[in-house]
Amino acid sequence: MTFFLEVLIGGLLSGVLYALVALGFVLIFKASGVFNFAQGAMVFFAALTFVGFTEVLPGWTGLAPGSGAVFWLAFILALSSMIVLGIATERVVLRPLVNQAPITLFMVTIGLTFFIEGVAQGIWGSHVRRLDLGIEDVPVMFLLDNFDMMISQFDVIAAVLALVMFVALAVMFQYTKVGRALRAVADDHQAALSVGIPLKHIWAIVWSVAGFVALIAGLIWGARNGVQFALTFTALKALPVLILGGFTSVPGAIIGGLIIGASEKVAEVYLGPYVGGGIEGWFPYILAMLFLLVRPEGLFGEKHIDRV
Amino acid sequence: MKFRKTLMAVAAVATVFTASYAVAQQEQYVGLPSYRVGPFGASGAALYGGWIDYMNMINERDGGVNGVKLTWEECETEYNNARGVECYERMKNRGPTGNSVFQPLSTGITYSVLDRVAEDKIPMVTIGYGRTDAADGTVFPWVFPMISTYWNQASAIMNYIGQKEGGMENLKGKKIGLLYHDSAYGAESHAVMDRLAEMHGFSVQKIAVASPGNEQQAQWLQIRRERPDYVILWGWGVMNPTAIRTASRTGYPVDKIVGVWWSGAEEDVVPAGDAAKGYTAAGFNPAGTNFPVIQDIMTHVYAKNRGNMSDQSRVGSVLYNRGVVHGIIYVEAIRTAQENFGTGRPMTGEEMRWGFENLNIDEARLAALGADGFMPNLQITCEDHEGSGLLKFQQWDGEKWTVVSDWISGDRELVRSMIKDSAAAYAAEKGITPRDCSAQ
Repeated sequence: MTFFLEVLIGGLLSGVLYALVALGFVLIFKASGVFNFAQGAMVFFAALTFVGFTEVLPGWTGLAPGSGAVFWLAFILALSSMIVLGIATERVVLRPLVNQAPITLFMVTIGLTFFIEGVAQGIWGSHVRRLDLGIEDVPVMFLLDNFDMMISQFDVIAAVLALVMFVALAVMFQYTKVGRALRAVADDHQAALSVGIPLKHIWAIVWSVAGFVALIAGLIWGARNGVQFALTFTALKALPVLILGGFTSVPGAIIGGLIIGASEKVAEVYLGPYVGGGIEGWFPYILAMLFLLVRPEGLFGEKHIDRV
Repeated sequence: MKFRKTLMAVAAVATVFTASYAVAQQEQYVGLPSYRVGPFGASGAALYGGWIDYMNMINERDGGVNGVKLTWEECETEYNNARGVECYERMKNRGPTGNSVFQPLSTGITYSVLDRVAEDKIPMVTIGYGRTDAADGTVFPWVFPMISTYWNQASAIMNYIGQKEGGMENLKGKKIGLLYHDSAYGAESHAVMDRLAEMHGFSVQKIAVASPGNEQQAQWLQIRRERPDYVILWGWGVMNPTAIRTASRTGYPVDKIVGVWWSGAEEDVVPAGDAAKGYTAAGFNPAGTNFPVIQDIMTHVYAKNRGNMSDQSRVGSVLYNRGVVHGIIYVEAIRTAQENFGTGRPMTGEEMRWGFENLNIDEARLAALGADGFMPNLQITCEDHEGSGLLKFQQWDGEKWTVVSDWISGDRELVRSMIKDSAAAYAAEKGITPRDCSAQ
């Protein structure tokens, strides 16, 4: 039983981190109806820019490498870069495509993916970097001593951080003026424009917020596995989460993440040995596909009804 | 007057073109299907950087190989099979004699062009990767999986573990975990590990990791439950640091993990931080800059600002040095071919194949190259396209790799017999009549 709980809790914590990446997709989809294929590339860009600044800032400023000042300065610069990227995306990529078909907007984000990946590696290089956030990746001693369970302290802290962000964003969407405007834009670009909502500003804001979420996701995933190109693959973990939770729901992203994280780990341990193992790559997709048959809009997604 | 000037200008341009054409005819061309971007770009940049720096050094220091300058051209594959084939086709007829060797640094691309290289008569050298049974030169005359194959590596790792346990007889009853990349590359280990387990009486617990391997909690919890005596890490890319870190957080001792040579570079341990201290991995070249061959590169290439690595601190890393090993083998094959077919001109693909097949880099030659201890000696024959099969093991201390073993071989008899059997089955399937090496 202890082993099962260990697998389950480990999976739930991983699921929160998947949900963190999924959140970036949700934000942009909610506000612009665009499925942003470039979200994984943004996670990579953000983490690489942060680490790149931590490397060059001591030389530029004379600050001690690894100091808190370098960390926070690099964080601010990386966040600024993400905001610039968000605004530039709105100006150069999205603005000329207002009112175009969703598939056009989706295709353009595929192009954006290659652009961001190339620019990131062009500026900072492609070699693998270590990222130390100062959080020790050791088991939580209380659980180890009392229940003989090994649960990573890093994962627990990362999950708490992610949950705080989820709550803040959910509140913003539900109870603020900007949040209402975001939802209005997501519903209908033209209708939102007709009642005076500044579509361009809203898009710039939402892409910048998605950039911030990408930075947090990049820092956490980068600290776990190193800052390298593979960070772009975190997006693949987020897709089944979105299908399950719905493309337009922040709570859906969390619940979807938890279900995917827990089920893939349990399946890998208990089902994997019977089918050759290594199933956690495709199992979430099978689960999401089965779910699609029953509830196409996801657990919390908005039901879309078209007048014909 | 005007006509005369025009005529002189045309003559001058023609002279320049003719001279450069003549120089180009004296150059040995190699097309490099490299990858510097994408998921494995970091590894590719270091390896191809080392190889290019070595060729640059030969040009700068020696004026080429017996006067024949080396030229190269990169083609980005992104470790993608389709792009690899495209690069192969694009480069195969370039240079005065066509591409002289194809080295894709990818098992997938190796399989994709296996038939093409035989058709086009271009040797394919796969150092430390590719199809293992291609080491049988009678069935695969155009493929050279040199220094060591995957099967030999698995056997050498078990010999190393046997040494640590005080003898192979002490492996009886032991549990060995095999954490492998769930791909053709990872599955290469299975057959030989099963045979070795049968021979020495240990058990193998095979655990697959879905690519890319950035999440391994479930696998390491299984390892924690089973408690194997050692874990062999058969990974690539992000799978490696993730494995080391997850092992640490699930309480598995890192000094009981032995990585393969694609899990034993700085790129694999640096992101894992302190968790990687004490981790050991196999390799056919050590890290470090103290070797005369690396010092020569520093003197003749980097001192003149002609180095290929934008980050010079990576010179001397495991993968960079592995690139230099690629360069040494390539240049020595040209030299060997020239001795037989004549110096002063570039070699064709067929002549290069002869060069590879008669390669003899012994201890004396390694010392002359400034590569004593840098790579194992290497003797290739018509039958045996693998060579010595010797490996060294290195341990990461948090800052650098330290060699912790002498050169160790696998069970050559066992591996060779498995290669023979597998190659014979391939020959039967494809209708290939194996070459008679005594007639070569």
